[in-house]
This record gives sequence, structure tokens and C-alpha cells, in this order.
Amino acid sequence: MTTEPLFSIPRSSELETVTIRFEGKAMTVPAGVSVAAALLVGGVHDFRSSVVGQAPRAPYCMMGVCFECLVEIDGVPARQSCIVTVQDGMQVRRQLGAASLDDVSSGEES
Amino acid sequence: MSDAVADLVIIGSGPAGMAAACEARGLDLSVVLLDEQATIGGQIYRSIESAPAERLHVLGQDYASGRNLASDFRNSKARYLAGAVVWNVSPDGTVDYVLNGRSDKVIGTHVLLASGAMERPFPISGWTLPGVMGAGAAQILLKGSGALPTGPVVLAGCGPLLYLLAWQYLRAGATIQALVDTTTVSDYLRAVRHGAGALKGWRDLAKGVKLLAALRRHGVPVFSGCSELSIEGDKRVEGLSFKHRGRPVRVPASLLLLHQGVVPNTQLSWSTGSAHRWDPDQLCWQPVTDAWGRLGETLFYVAGDSRAIVGAQASAVQGRLAALAIGERLGVVTDIARRAAPLQRQLRRHTHIRPFLDALYRPKNENRIPQAGSVLVCRCEEVTAGQIRRYVELGCLGPNQTKAFGRCGMGPCQGRFCGLTVTEVIAQARGVEPCDVGYYRIRPPIKPVTLGELGAVDQRIPTEIESPNREETE
Amino acid sequence: MSNHSMTVVGGGLVGAAIAYGAARAGMRVRVLDQGDAAFRASRGNFGLVWVQSKGGKLPRYARWSRDAVKLWPALQKELLELTGVDAGLRQSGGFWLGFSDAEMRARFDLLEGVNRTVGDIPFQIMDACELRQYLPGIGRAVVGGSFCPLDGDANPLMLLHGLHAGLRHKGAEVTTGVDVKQIRYDAANGLFDVVASDGQRWKSERLVLAAGLGNAQLAPQVGLHAPVTSTRGQVLITERLKPFLNYPMNKLRQTCEGTVQIGSSSEDVGLDDGTTTEIIERLARRAVATFPALSRARLVRAWGALRPLTPDGFPIYQASVSCPGAYVATSHSGVTLAAAHCFVIGPWTCGLTETPPEFDVFLGDRFSDPHASFSHDH
Repeated sequence: MTTEPLFSIPRSSELETVTIRFEGKAMTVPAGVSVAAALLVGGVHDFRSSVVGQAPRAPYCMMGVCFECLVEIDGVPARQSCIVTVQDGMQVRRQLGAASLDDVSSGEES
Repeated sequence: MSDAVADLVIIGSGPAGMAAACEARGLDLSVVLLDEQATIGGQIYRSIESAPAERLHVLGQDYASGRNLASDFRNSKARYLAGAVVWNVSPDGTVDYVLNGRSDKVIGTHVLLASGAMERPFPISGWTLPGVMGAGAAQILLKGSGALPTGPVVLAGCGPLLYLLAWQYLRAGATIQALVDTTTVSDYLRAVRHGAGALKGWRDLAKGVKLLAALRRHGVPVFSGCSELSIEGDKRVEGLSFKHRGRPVRVPASLLLLHQGVVPNTQLSWSTGSAHRWDPDQLCWQPVTDAWGRLGETLFYVAGDSRAIVGAQASAVQGRLAALAIGERLGVVTDIARRAAPLQRQLRRHTHIRPFLDALYRPKNENRIPQAGSVLVCRCEEVTAGQIRRYVELGCLGPNQTKAFGRCGMGPCQGRFCGLTVTEVIAQARGVEPCDVGYYRIRPPIKPVTLGELGAVDQRIPTEIESPNREETE
Repeated sequence: MSNHSMTVVGGGLVGAAIAYGAARAGMRVRVLDQGDAAFRASRGNFGLVWVQSKGGKLPRYARWSRDAVKLWPALQKELLELTGVDAGLRQSGGFWLGFSDAEMRARFDLLEGVNRTVGDIPFQIMDACELRQYLPGIGRAVVGGSFCPLDGDANPLMLLHGLHAGLRHKGAEVTTGVDVKQIRYDAANGLFDVVASDGQRWKSERLVLAAGLGNAQLAPQVGLHAPVTSTRGQVLITERLKPFLNYPMNKLRQTCEGTVQIGSSSEDVGLDDGTTTEIIERLARRAVATFPALSRARLVRAWGALRPLTPDGFPIYQASVSCPGAYVATSHSGVTLAAAHCFVIGPWTCGLTETPPEFDVFLGDRFSDPHASFSHDH
């Protein structure tokens, strides 16, 4: 079973990059691409675990229809990473099961 | 932008949407175009404005030609809302959308639904494993970021997009492990009956032949007439097994791209409550419209692949025809027959090959209607084909009733990815036609949006929120 | 007994529960249901198994609800054991939330009055601080609430599924796709002749009309009066979320699957089960005011469903005098009252038991008085 990324972008001198963190680890990815593309190119194989059976899942359609590419981006759970563009400094984590409304108690402030 | 009114509101920035916008602006109509993606082009012309020269070369002329339409669209000065997620359309032309974290609305005297196509699901054993993606997804990666498979890739299924991707990968220097084609000899024989139509679309046909020849020339192993496809792997895809000429074959794969055609994305058109028909040739639902794309007596029009699969060129023409029809209704077009005639000729030319392609690349029953009970049909809620058949035994007549038995179709994809399969599984189990079974009733929101986004129409302090208890029934 | 048969018109929550109760009492039962074409009120049922505040204006209804809720665990257990279907009953208590001091005062008066009159419907008034211990994360817009330990929730669609599965187990016959238009009573033989719009017909010695909105047109044909009309309720449901709401509330609850259900409106729109953006946005705002963390939760579906309501909002249960053996039953609380419909109304419609005590208040005749006025605001 391969650990290398499933996709890669051919080297190009004009390629701008940004740095994001996936599960806490820094990852240099091309600028201007979707988070899903960035993660795939960065070597991530599974993006989330399914809500019922906790099975590993990864993007299927890359166009916002299948909802398999859900990850937590900057604290917001279950976002479609194929629709969000990478930004420098983004914190991305796997979406394990259902979304959690963390810090519910601190949500009192409104 | 609250309560802004436009002559034409367009949802979708693919060829149909962009062409309609250009045509409508040419008639001096006010146009607002919304798309949930950050850039224009839809899927077929994804990232067309930013594609560097080498990528245009790899992707081919059909893609590159989208640049003209894109720049025409920019020059048309149609008001364009990028990243606008439409969550509801109302009969009076109100289009509700979320943009920048809050809900807003625009009202169209007419509304054009141009949400294009999506990949047909490919429900076979193992299809939910990481590393299994649609060929369309891989093409989006190529268009959007120039990304290519790192290692050998297996392509499986049928349809022009599959071969096109293989050809694009060859040009880009990617390694194709195998092309597992489900097209059989009888598909060719059936398609040839549409030969007259195919000959009229000779340009398209010649392109198709050229693609396959190129593959073989590059030594890509092509297995034709394959059946009993089954994906192997535990946590990720590890291989694809199938039958070829009666013998079992297994190819190893870390990346497997499946494809068996595209289908109209009908979520928006269903949500209007308009009539849809099951097309037995394209094996999908299609909104019922008049020749201009109008849905019944409503102010909605549908153009492009979300109406029926016709391809990019035909989609653009349909967009223009819809804009003309709307222009006529608004009194700015008085000679529609003359204006429409050349467009209608173009449309006929672009769609002549359709029946031939639909017959040739008809997705196989076994790849649309899983016989093995353990195959997942609803990926979101993990409902299997076997479970759906049990629902039918227990009296479930259609997709809406599956909700009374399990959670099929209740996940975030809102039935997009399972709908066709559920309809066909139930139809087969009941022994009736898909048109007798129907489809999910589509309700707002058209795409999931957060409660915060919906409620943020106006910021109010909590004490001014009227109590939910005003309407007290138990 | 086995010579006798019963036709139940309506296979929704009320009809299926009564039919199941009759079948388990030994009656040969046939259920006629509209099937996929039905308005299916259970789609709009919020799923509460609720006692608190019921019957403020009608103590008998408070008692009826209380008794029904106490019978629920037996129904849950029986359906699970017999059919394997889990109706999802949870009964750890439930909350009503108040958004102003005036509401809180009115609430206390209401609950205190009911408990005093009826007894055995305990409640506890809580201020926001105390509420927070049970419902952490509650918003500042909530000033307090009331808790009743008898309250809970269940899954309306799974309950319906379970009742239908139970009907099959008991040998009842369920026919779907049937639109009953006409009922004739053959007094000489004591038989009811039920006729569908496509001409199909069925004969039986007993008849239960449990057709929700359809009862209005069918009841007079057997000498009964059931003026049921519809109110639309719009409901929102979110994506699945990790559990964070431990108790159901009157307008908000988290289901077993983790989705949060938000309701609901009460509109007079005839037979339109559509949705409106105005109400969807309002329900979303209220939900966020109630639990601010919900601002991040994604809405997956909004729908409207038609509640079959009588003019005063209370049920109709009546045996026909002119056509003995015919009954009408209607209630919009098909989940709360399910066990009572099953274990009490079922056998009653079989003629096996006396009319439950003080049932006069549920006669449909109460609506025949042209001078009386009714409201279903409680």
C-alpha cells in the first residue's frame, strides 16, 4: 500500500505555495487550489471517517456533490474541502464521524 | 444586494450559464449570475481563466475554446456573484443564497437553471474506498491544479470522458496501468443502428476513434467488454478484479478512476416541483421543458446538461436560446424565429451524435443496480442495496418512503449521489419502470447551509427574538 | 371473534396503532392506506412523547396524555421484540423553554393548574442558571424553563414502520394505494361496505375511521361528525451532530442519529405542504438564539407537513349510534398517544371493552353546536 501522494503537480517555477497545517503537521501546498486538491497532493489518503460505520473516506467527485471530502477547516467542522480554496495558515483536521459543535458552553456568548 | 431585481437570474457559470448571460446582456437585459465555485467555467471549463499554456495543450482544444466564452462573459458585464450558494428558488423568482456568511436574495423576472451535470454514481463493491474517484474528479484536479496521478492509475467504465482523460494523461506523461472498458460488442451493434445520426456528428466520432487509437499506440493495456467489476482493499483501494473474455482478471491499483457517463444535476429543477421524465436512453431524470427550456408555465428555464446530457457546445446554444425566449417574453426580441434559426441548426448539429453515444456507452445494469446486497447505495448514511430491497419487501414503494424505514437519502448530499440508484433498485425489486417509482422530493435548502448563515439576514440582539412559543401546538 | 373483521381506514400513526391494538386483541383486521400519495401527518410529527402542559383547558386530555405516556414503554418493548423495529423511545424528561418573564409566569400557572386538577403530572420550574446544568450552552435569550420527568421523544417514522411490521406479524392485511371515498352501512346484516375511488370494495362487521384529514368527509357517512382541518407545520433538520442535547425541548430536540430537529410553525394554508423562506429563516434564528453553537450546524432539510387538527385541538373518539360497529378516531398527537391508541382504543373498537371513562369530552358532536367557538391555541 502506497504512502506517497496519489496526485502530484509537475514542478513549475511560477508555482506559488502556501503553508497549511494538517492534523497539526505543516504542509506546503500550491496556492490557489482547493483544500481537497492540496491535501491529495500533500499525501493525505483518507479525509474523514463515515458517520455510521467510521469507515475511512476520501474525495470522490471533486465538485461538491458527493460530500466525501468533508474536513474541519479552521475549527469549522464538516466543510466541503473541494469547494474551499487554500489559504496560508489554514488549520485542517480530519472529520471523524459527525460534526461536533465544540465548546457548546462557550457558545452562550452571542 | 437585498431584494435586487433582475430581468434574468442565472444559476451556474458553465457554458449554458455564461452563454445565456452573454446573449441576454446583448439584448440589454439585466443579468445576475450566481455560482457556488470561486471561479467561472462550471466543471467542463473549470479554471479556464487561469489555465497556463502547457495545461491548455494537455487538456486539448475543446477545453481551450472555453476561454472565448469566458472572456465574452466577463465583457458582458453581467453581475457575477462568485461563491454564492443557492439554497432555495421560489415560484415568484426569488433566489435565496448564502454569500460571505449570510443569507441574501435576488429576484429574477426569469430564472435560468444551468447547474450542469454530475458524474453518474458507480455503485459496485468497494466503491467507497479512499483512492477510488470519478474520472471527472481527476479531470477537475487536472484542470484546477494541473495535478496528475503520481503512480500508475487504473481507469474503468465507459464513456467519452474516460477515454478523453486517458488521452490527456498520455499527453501529460502519466502512467496508465490499465483501461478496463465495460463497452461490449453488442453495445457497438446497438449503437450502429443510430449510424445515421453518428455520421451527421462525424467530427465527434472521428475524435473518439482517434482517442482509442492513441491509447493502444501507447501500449496502454485495454481490456474491453469487462464485467463483474469489484474493487478490493481494506482501508484503501488495492486492486480491481473483473471478468474479461470469461476469465477473471485482477489489476493492482492505488488510484482507481471510475466513470460511466454524466447525468443531469436535477436538484434545482426538482425543487421547483416541475414535472420530470425518466429517459430510458440516458437512464436519468430530465426536467420536462418546451423547446426553449421553459419549465411548464413557470418563470424557470433550464439549459445545458442539467436538462439532458448534450455536451458543452450544445449547452451554450441552449443557453442562448433560453435568453432569446426570455427576451421575447420581455418584449425586447420581436424576431425570435430569425434569430433562433442558426442557433437551432447548431444545436441539431451538436446533438446528432447523442443517440449513438447514449447507445454505445450505455452504463451496464450491473454497474447501476448492484445485485450484491452488501454494496453501499447511500454513501452518506451507509445504506446498502440489500437494505433497500428489504424496505421494498416491507412495503416501501418509492424513494421518499425509504425514509420511513431507514436514513437512505437523508445525508448531506441530499440524495444527489444515491437518488438514481435508489430509484432503479426499487423499480427492479418491484418489477416496475423507474418512472413509476419516482424520485426523492427535493426540499430546501438546495445545498446545506448553516443555521447561522440562514439566520444572519439581520443581526439582532437576542432579547428581540420573538419567542418560539407564540405558536403553541403540541 | 375470528368471524368478525374490522376495516381501518387510514394506515398512519393513528390508524396503524388502533389496527395493531385490534389485531393483537384477536380481531381480523384490514388496513386501507393511501400510500405514497398520502399527506402522511407523521412526517410532520415532531416526535415528542409529551405530557407537560397538555390539557390545560381540558383535564381529561391531560389524564389521557399522562396515561398514554406511561403505557409507551410497553409498546416500545413489544414492537422491538415482535418485529425488531426500534421506535426509539427515550423517556428521561423534557423541557419547555421560556423567553420572557411573562411566559414563565404563565407557564407556572398552567402547569400548576393541571397538576392540581389532574394530579401525578410533576413539573419543575427552573431559571436559566439551573437550566444550564441540564442543557449546557443554552443562549441568553432563554430566561428559564419547565421540566417534566414524564416527557421524552421517539422516532415517528420508525414507530409507523414498527406498527406496520407488527400488523403483518399479527396477520393483519394492509392494502396501500387505496383512496376510500364511500362507506355504506347495511343495517340488516350489520356490515360496512367500504368503497375506494377505483371501485375496489371491502366488507366488514367493524369499521374504524382513522383517515386524518379524510375523516371529515367519511365520518358523516356513518353518522359521525369529525371536522378535521389542516394546519401546516414547517420543520428543519440539521446534519448529524455529535450528541450534545441530552433532553428534548418543545421546539428543539436531538434525535438518536444526532440530527437536530427544529420546529415548528403553525400556519393556516389549506393543503399546501411546502416551505417558505421567511419561516425557515425565522426558525433558524430562533434555534441559534436558543443554542448559539447551532449557528455552525448545517441545515440539510426543511419541510412542511399538515397536522390534522380538530377545531379545539383535542382528539375525537366516538362510537357511532346509527351505525353500530363504526368508530372515528382522530388526533394530531399520534406519537404521544400511540400506546393508548394501541392498548385502549384498539380493544374498545373491537367491542371488547367499555368506552373509557369520561370520554364524552372527545365526542365529535361537541363541534355540532353552531353557537360554540373553538381555538386550538393552548
